[in-house]
Amino acid sequence: MITAIALAAGTVLAVSALLALVRVVRGPTIINRIVALDVMVSILISALGVEAAYNRHTTTVPIIVALALVGFVGSVSVARFVARDEDGTGDEAGAPTTLGVDT
Amino acid sequence: MDLLAMVLLLVGSLFSLTAAIGLLRFPDVLSRLHAATKPQVLGVLLVVVGIGLRVGPSLDLGLLVLAGVFQLLTLPVAAHMVSRAVYRSDQVAHEHLAIDDLSAGAQD
Repeated sequence: MITAIALAAGTVLAVSALLALVRVVRGPTIINRIVALDVMVSILISALGVEAAYNRHTTTVPIIVALALVGFVGSVSVARFVARDEDGTGDEAGAPTTLGVDT
Repeated sequence: MDLLAMVLLLVGSLFSLTAAIGLLRFPDVLSRLHAATKPQVLGVLLVVVGIGLRVGPSLDLGLLVLAGVFQLLTLPVAAHMVSRAVYRSDQVAHEHLAIDDLSAGAQD
């Protein structure tokens, strides 16, 4: 019973990782890709958690903590990069765009 | 207790699946972000509670609480920054918005 539920959870996580990977490949912009990669990080946390709970060991719990702490750095930095890039290429020549005033 | 823990893990995994399906099916970035972030928080919290129930007192529970707190603290920040970048780089699908509270005309 326990094994069956763990197998079901693992299968569900694998399928959702695959779907998120499809969005990473297809996503038209870098923002789409970074959102999908954020989901991939939480799927990874869930997969490590399912494995740790099934085998009753705590080896991977520090990895879970580290991923939960660091997982957002990538998306925040990419978001800053995208906003900064758009600021640099303002579409109205010379005019300070209202988008970039109060960063 | 073990069964409850495994059911919590399964439900958390199903939350990840809903996030992935929403990521694939929704039309624009903001709705994809909406689908992606909330299951991330709730699903990971369920998984963390499941680990705590299954492994029991042999585990340092502070680490698990720390993982949940970090997830709760960091994910809203990341989602906020990403949606801000989306709005500022004008990748919003305006035809999907009922009202745009950030546009200049909406302030009167």
